[in-house]
Amino acid sequence: MSAIRRRKPINESDKTSEASDSKPHKEKEEEQHGDDDGSDKDKKKIPSKIKKKHEEKPPKWSCLDSCCWFIGCICVTWWLLLFLYNAMPASFPQYVTEAITGPLPDPPGVKLKKEGLKAKHPVVFVPGIVTGGLELWEGRKCAEGLFRKRFWGGTFGEVYKRPLCWVEHMSLDNETGLDPCGIRVRPVSGLVAADYFAPGYFVWAVLIANLARIGYEEKTMYMAAYDWRLSFQNTEARDQTLSRIKSNIELIVATNGGKKAVVIPHSMGVLYFLHFMKWVEAPAPMGGGGGPDWCSKHIKAVVNIGGPFLGVPKAIAGLFSAEAKDIAVVRAIAPGFLDNDIFQLQTLQHVMRMSRSWDSTMSMIPRGGDTIWGGLDWSPEEGYSCAKKRERKNDTQIAEEAGVESAVSQTRSAKYGRIISFGKDVAEAPSSDVERIDFRDAVKGHSAANTTCRDVWTEYHDIGFGGINAVAEYKTYTAESIVDLLHFVAPKMMARGTAHFSYGIADNLDDPKYKHYKYWSNPLETKLPNAPEMEIFSLYGVGLPTERAYIYKLSPAAECYIPFQIDTSADDEETCLKDGVYSVDGDETVPVLSAGFMCAKGWRGKTRFNPSGIRTYIREYSHSPPANLLEGRGTLSGAHVDIMGNFALIEDVIRVAAGASGEELGGDQVYSNIFNWSEKIDLQL
Amino acid sequence: MASILRFRKLCYVEQAVKCASVGFESFDQSPKIDQKLDKKEEEVISANNFALEIIKKRKQPRKQPKEWRRLDSCCWMIGYLCSTWWLLLFLYHSLPVTLLQVPESPGVRLKREGLAALHPVVLVPGIVTGGLELWEGQPCADGLFRKRLWGGSFTEIFKRPLCWLEHLSLHSETGLDPPGIRVRAVPGLVAADYFAPGYFVWAVLIENLAKIGYEGKNLHMAAYDWRLSFQNTEIRDHALSRLKSKIELMYLTNGYKKVAVVPHSMGVIYFLHFLKWVETPPPIGGGGGPGWCAKHIKAIMNIGPAFLGVPKAVSNIFSAEGKDIAYIRAMAPGLLDSKILGLQTLEHVMRVSRTWDSIVSLVPKGGETIWGNMDWSPEERHACDFSRKRHSQPSPIDNNVNNSDVKRGFRVKDPVQYGRIISFGKTASQLHSSQLPTIDSKEFLRTSASQNLNFSCGEAWTEYDEMSREGIQKVAANKAYTTQTLLDLLRFVAPKMMLRAEAHFSHGIADDLDNPKYNHYKYWSNPLEMKLPDAPDMEIYCLYGVGIPTERSYVYKLSPTSGCKSIPYQIDSSVNGEDGSCLKGGVYFADGDENVPVLSAGFMCAKGWRGRTRFNPSGIATYIREYRHKPPSSLLEGRGIESGAHVDIMGNVALIEDILRIASGATGKEIRGDRIYSDILRMSERINLRL
Repeated sequence: MSAIRRRKPINESDKTSEASDSKPHKEKEEEQHGDDDGSDKDKKKIPSKIKKKHEEKPPKWSCLDSCCWFIGCICVTWWLLLFLYNAMPASFPQYVTEAITGPLPDPPGVKLKKEGLKAKHPVVFVPGIVTGGLELWEGRKCAEGLFRKRFWGGTFGEVYKRPLCWVEHMSLDNETGLDPCGIRVRPVSGLVAADYFAPGYFVWAVLIANLARIGYEEKTMYMAAYDWRLSFQNTEARDQTLSRIKSNIELIVATNGGKKAVVIPHSMGVLYFLHFMKWVEAPAPMGGGGGPDWCSKHIKAVVNIGGPFLGVPKAIAGLFSAEAKDIAVVRAIAPGFLDNDIFQLQTLQHVMRMSRSWDSTMSMIPRGGDTIWGGLDWSPEEGYSCAKKRERKNDTQIAEEAGVESAVSQTRSAKYGRIISFGKDVAEAPSSDVERIDFRDAVKGHSAANTTCRDVWTEYHDIGFGGINAVAEYKTYTAESIVDLLHFVAPKMMARGTAHFSYGIADNLDDPKYKHYKYWSNPLETKLPNAPEMEIFSLYGVGLPTERAYIYKLSPAAECYIPFQIDTSADDEETCLKDGVYSVDGDETVPVLSAGFMCAKGWRGKTRFNPSGIRTYIREYSHSPPANLLEGRGTLSGAHVDIMGNFALIEDVIRVAAGASGEELGGDQVYSNIFNWSEKIDLQL
Repeated sequence: MASILRFRKLCYVEQAVKCASVGFESFDQSPKIDQKLDKKEEEVISANNFALEIIKKRKQPRKQPKEWRRLDSCCWMIGYLCSTWWLLLFLYHSLPVTLLQVPESPGVRLKREGLAALHPVVLVPGIVTGGLELWEGQPCADGLFRKRLWGGSFTEIFKRPLCWLEHLSLHSETGLDPPGIRVRAVPGLVAADYFAPGYFVWAVLIENLAKIGYEGKNLHMAAYDWRLSFQNTEIRDHALSRLKSKIELMYLTNGYKKVAVVPHSMGVIYFLHFLKWVETPPPIGGGGGPGWCAKHIKAIMNIGPAFLGVPKAVSNIFSAEGKDIAYIRAMAPGLLDSKILGLQTLEHVMRVSRTWDSIVSLVPKGGETIWGNMDWSPEERHACDFSRKRHSQPSPIDNNVNNSDVKRGFRVKDPVQYGRIISFGKTASQLHSSQLPTIDSKEFLRTSASQNLNFSCGEAWTEYDEMSREGIQKVAANKAYTTQTLLDLLRFVAPKMMLRAEAHFSHGIADDLDNPKYNHYKYWSNPLEMKLPDAPDMEIYCLYGVGIPTERSYVYKLSPTSGCKSIPYQIDSSVNGEDGSCLKGGVYFADGDENVPVLSAGFMCAKGWRGRTRFNPSGIATYIREYRHKPPSSLLEGRGIESGAHVDIMGNVALIEDILRIASGATGKEIRGDRIYSDILRMSERINLRL
């Protein structure tokens, strides 16, 4: 075929050149006829075109011809470039980069290999929410031919091709939180599950590549992939994921000469692994039956990356109105775009319906209530000033900042404790001025909406106008009342969620009720396992504004919509308020408080949460954006996912994997005020 | 396609005629062109170009726009093709999936019957089909980290062939990684679901299993590095330990349901090795204890099992060629041996594949007792009318036992000496043994221990470079080799490889299985030198295709090209038997699935393990399920749903149905026991093996 294609143009050109002089009409006709045999579409056009040619004497290029010509040009250029690209030696981009920016630093794997580090402890990765791939094992009619194709992760091609089908398959059952009837979507297993989230968007790939440099391979690395939509205990009930992880860790430790494993959870994986550590030592029916010393026998260190130990405020915005900063900004820029009813998209409603069926999102609701996250008038981060962000860019010393900050805090500061407020004035007013009408007993209005809103279902249709107004009348919510709020607006979801997760603080950890699995993923309601030689690291990025509290308003649109949205018009430089969101220091998703508190205070030394005195270390990585485009997502990033490519973090991880202890790493490395803030939290230890 | 060609011809005709009629200076050439039209298009083109140049000469002033237009029409043409292509592609994609109606898959049908996933399933892939990826490489393999080197699209072969070969080779002494290179098996189901895009291996079976409820937690692919010897996969990658742990886990998490194992091709003997390994105590074994198999395994469904080896492996080691390559050589002599391009494909292939220990595991086992000697072979009365059988509808009696009796008289005239696996020259393959020169094959081990190493060749590529000319001649002088003498031959021509591999594999028959030496792991993958585990409830199935001519023995000749870096022997593809004979292109064929002869696939289930034998002391039930090959009736069917070929059989609906039924709890009796089309029972009877 290719031979023909190549030869044909020559003849074609011959013909066209001849066509112009002697008998153009006949030639053209032939040409048209011959080229057409493949496509049916063009056949219709031939007769008319030929007639036209007959009328005009000098043969001219028609519009179609020039289109073809144009496409041909582009194709040829494209192929040429593609060919050049493929023929290019693999190291070429590096040469270019080096020529522009000067020699790159060695990737940490290469550097440490030169230092003589070798693979020692087997490594277990625990991916977080969203980043793990999911694939289809059984589907409805509309998903035919997608067997074992990725539904989540990869190119997301199906989202565009059949969005409703995709949403249907990604949702879980509303009542059970498990598979809907006739649909089985399962996690991808192996390292491919979360090495890249989408093509070119690495998650674990850089870390894996660097570990491989010092000798790691499949037999010493294990990706504990799980279905991140399910609640943690359900992954065991449905897929036996926890049992698999247990068996794999045992295997990997046994085949590597009894060297204990280094576990590296990321994001929600941190909570998942906390759950695992409790599960594995719990006796058999509910737990894994590994016995009380399983963790100390099999785990050397838990290296938590960007761990939302105490939850993230972002999760609330997600559950409450299916939006976060990003979506709120889109809404501000192009109002009406997301709420567009013309195309019957109702994107947000669909997203909300889908994400509300995922139990795991409820594991991220802030835990610890007002004690941790602050009440109406105080919050641990009180003194934080956004101004310092600008200073940080100029490399000011951290010590200096602390002084500046305290001065600023005298004047005015955001009341971070009010995670949701209705209206900017409410968010700033002293608590005595805020009139709150309790929403909990409010009568839920009749849901006339159900009939008119077609198939899009969110629980908002059930609470009616009365309920919606009651929610807004309460004015402002702290971490504690947030849970009640969610119970009010989404009773079914929370009923499912509270069976699997708990958000409180334990008064007495020896209370037998804490043996239930719903407490296992809450660090404030569990004891760490009895493993004095284990080490817990908390590695996270700082220096990025992170969502902490929101200003909401009632949505202006009609009843079929989500009745609340972030008030993007609210801005205030001084109090870190931007587009309706108060931000604080963190890694763009997890505030420093959530990521660092447990290691800074909750577990430090022998506390009631950490009875065996497991050593904890905090390693912070100050964010600096990539210097130029060539660097991609940067090697110094502190952002929640991009930090996985941070060279300093990778170096730390590799050192731990190769046998170093926390002390040898240099102990704590702190840029933020986490110790100050932790001190302000009054928690019995 | 056809219409395009027709149109092309038309164009040429028209142009040529025009050239003639317009009457340029090229008038004298035109008639010639007219005559040659049908023969060679190239000439026409050149002539046309010539004519065109003349036109250009005549129209000098208008040359500039002409030149421009030529390029234009090139672009036009490509644009046209591109857009048509895209249009079709778009139409194809927007086509509802249901339009291309495929016959209902067995999974869907059985689900309606009420079958549901019961026993966890373990798939064990065979040689070659498993993917391999790079974990550490030389600088030339930059940027290929965790990319597939084997399997997938094989793009790297074309981009950097030598680098690719270097990375796929193993260390020639240890049979493990060469320094600085780590190539590892791809894990998970993706390891062998598709070998190359669109070429399924396990994918169809996996899809059908999923239809009745299988998923990641009860379906596991035991991927391993198929280049290594079996014990080395444990030493380097802990592959056997992983498999053991995986089976135990699946047994536990699926409600204490035993596992059904489905090995394919070489995976069959890999899993045999595993069965022995897992019950052996720790230093060399897995320490599972004597009851492990009985506790964890319900059935082993061997697909296309190469229990007793395949003759193809011999030709592969001996001269790096098989039937296919011999044909290419016959059709385009010099192409493979061309030195002009410095390709020497075969030599490279041989150099690489000789570092792979696993190939030796496929060398025929059991010696002359099984495979026949100079004058005798179990298949000798076999009918060889494959060519007719394949093209016509297979009639029901075709393969029947009585049929072969009828044909006996005719075959006595031209008996096929299958026992002589390698013969030099056609006559040597047919003469009676008394007429053949008898040189003790062990002799050349002594005589020509590389007295004069050929140093002029520089770096020794294949081990043939280290052999003297006399040695090479002497091998050919011996005329014919049986499986027994063959091993000596291989030891002679590939001493390093055999030395390495024979520490891991054995090819004999045990006299006394209780001899403690059989506790060594090198005997574990040979069904004739091991006892099956004590698991009376287990079932062993032999599922394989029949009705395809399968390589059984070879006629060789000395290769005409001599000198450095070349292989001194090649299959004599000029040798053909008369019509209906089993000899074709220098290869004698027997019944089988294109790779594995029936004898190797079926003997153990038909006789060696049937009932309580010394190889099967606990009397594990064995079943033979044969699938007659039927080529796909139309192109739409792809590789066919009733194929019996070695790999294509994985898409055979009857085979899939059998596997699904067993996996969901049926026993061998319930799927109606044996199902035999070939002569396997007769052949087995002729084999005189003490049981």
